[in-house]
Amino acid sequence: MKRKFIEILGETFLRLSIIISLIFLFLFLFMIFSKGIKVISWEFLTRMPRSGMTKGGIYPAILGTFWITIVSIFIAFPIGIFSGIFLSEYGKPKWLVDIIKTSINTLSGTPSIVFGLFGLSVFVIGLNLKVSILSGGLTLAILILPTIINSTVEAINSVPFDFREAALSLGATKSQVIRNVVLPYAMPGILTGTIISVGRAAGETAPILFTAATFYSRRLPKSLMDEVMAMPYHIYALMTEGTSPQYQIPIAYGTAIVLLILILFINGSAIFLRYRIRKRRG
Amino acid sequence: MKTKEFLFKYVSFLAASLSILFLLGIILSIFKEGIPLFKEINVFDFIFGRRWHPTDEPPDFGILSLIIGSISVTIGALIVGVPLGVGSAIYVSEIASSNAKEILKPFIEILAGIPSVIYGLFGMNILAPIVRKIFNIPIGLNIFSTSIILGIMIIPFVSSLSEDALRSVSKDVREASYALGANRIETIFKVIVPAALPGIIASIILGFGRAIGETMVVLMVSGGTATIPSSIFSPVRPMTSAIASEMGETVKGSLHFQALYGIAIVLLIITLLSNLLMQWFVSREKNEKKIY
Repeated sequence: MKRKFIEILGETFLRLSIIISLIFLFLFLFMIFSKGIKVISWEFLTRMPRSGMTKGGIYPAILGTFWITIVSIFIAFPIGIFSGIFLSEYGKPKWLVDIIKTSINTLSGTPSIVFGLFGLSVFVIGLNLKVSILSGGLTLAILILPTIINSTVEAINSVPFDFREAALSLGATKSQVIRNVVLPYAMPGILTGTIISVGRAAGETAPILFTAATFYSRRLPKSLMDEVMAMPYHIYALMTEGTSPQYQIPIAYGTAIVLLILILFINGSAIFLRYRIRKRRG
Repeated sequence: MKTKEFLFKYVSFLAASLSILFLLGIILSIFKEGIPLFKEINVFDFIFGRRWHPTDEPPDFGILSLIIGSISVTIGALIVGVPLGVGSAIYVSEIASSNAKEILKPFIEILAGIPSVIYGLFGMNILAPIVRKIFNIPIGLNIFSTSIILGIMIIPFVSSLSEDALRSVSKDVREASYALGANRIETIFKVIVPAALPGIIASIILGFGRAIGETMVVLMVSGGTATIPSSIFSPVRPMTSAIASEMGETVKGSLHFQALYGIAIVLLIITLLSNLLMQWFVSREKNEKKIY
């Protein structure tokens, strides 16, 4: 009797813990959407802000997030793929690989604000890149690099060994095998990790606080050396700066909706892509 | 042909080495900007000083209240997030049908993908007013509200690492337990969870690292008062929050600027240690698996 009771209690607890998480997720999404949906319009997406951020759209923030994210992926993607190739295909000497792996794990556990301070010290001040798209993009590139490397390693390790051996036995060199056999097979997996990184880069605030973002700019960015508005920072700034919260808060929720939809779409496509890969390979 | 092979290998090697360079760069740059502070203030006064008044004349740079702020919201986050995260992981890996698993896992991943600033917005503008009303307290921006949001934020991280650990427990162990007449819950809590314990501990340490390093949520929800809290409804100013909110007002090279980098040194040391500890637990788990 007591055993049965404990069993029911235990299962209820386990079931509840996932139900609570799910309820929170839906409540969270519902509240954000219901508070911000009324400001969403075509103009909101395509116009400049007006009257000291209390009216108008968030076009420059969307554009800023776009550019910072593009720059970071552009830098992190090639470095990530080549790193992954080295770790899983060459993998020698072992001590070096161990150091590299530890570095990657440590990087991925470093707080995002520390990346921001690093970017401020090295890119903004040290290399004199100023507060700019480039400084922010570089900072975010290092932040997302571990994710891209790890997904590359994982994807490459899932390539069946026969493929490599078949290619090698046909006289292909190691780099030919990697480029023509391993990478094409691993690419969907690598892309899944990269897409998730895109979502991460687009949503991060702390790393761009001092390296790229500004609350208000009168014009759209013209070069990589311009500081920009960005959606995550815009949400924060609207909630904590300025003098008209009654107008700013709805715009903050509106911006949050745009950012959320963007990221849900990005992560959704990564999840879908991975589902397809698994299905194809049984 | 030969050169092409060499070049490809060399480029891969260089790319991989960049990770070491970036990590060293982060550590060195933070120390380089922060260390000069300790010519003016000794380390002991910095860490155990109770007064954080960086803009007063003369200024006080004691970060004890900031450290306690960070630790209190982190403990709160673990209290909320660990049972839910580990519980979800056990449910997904041991109880849910494979169809339910297929649906549940993406939802947990979506939770992981939500930008922290939107959690911050939710905590600041939706949760805090509710907390204030329910507990009838003057401010809803406090340790309690921050812990709830941070706790929910770490669920996906705790859950995914725990699940890896649970999944790698060998099937034989489970079947042996059932064969001895244990029911599902007894098998889970007396056999599977102990076998996966190193991995579950690693997931808790991961959650700790995430929570103590999180910036936007604490910046928006913790209230920002740099005093030693007297209850869970006190506002606090965790380390990350002080760095993020004050850096904009400082002049490069000033004492205040250096002090904020000094806080980052403390934060970096805490996260480096917790990271190494986590990796140790993960590797221990892998080693144990080889025995079976």
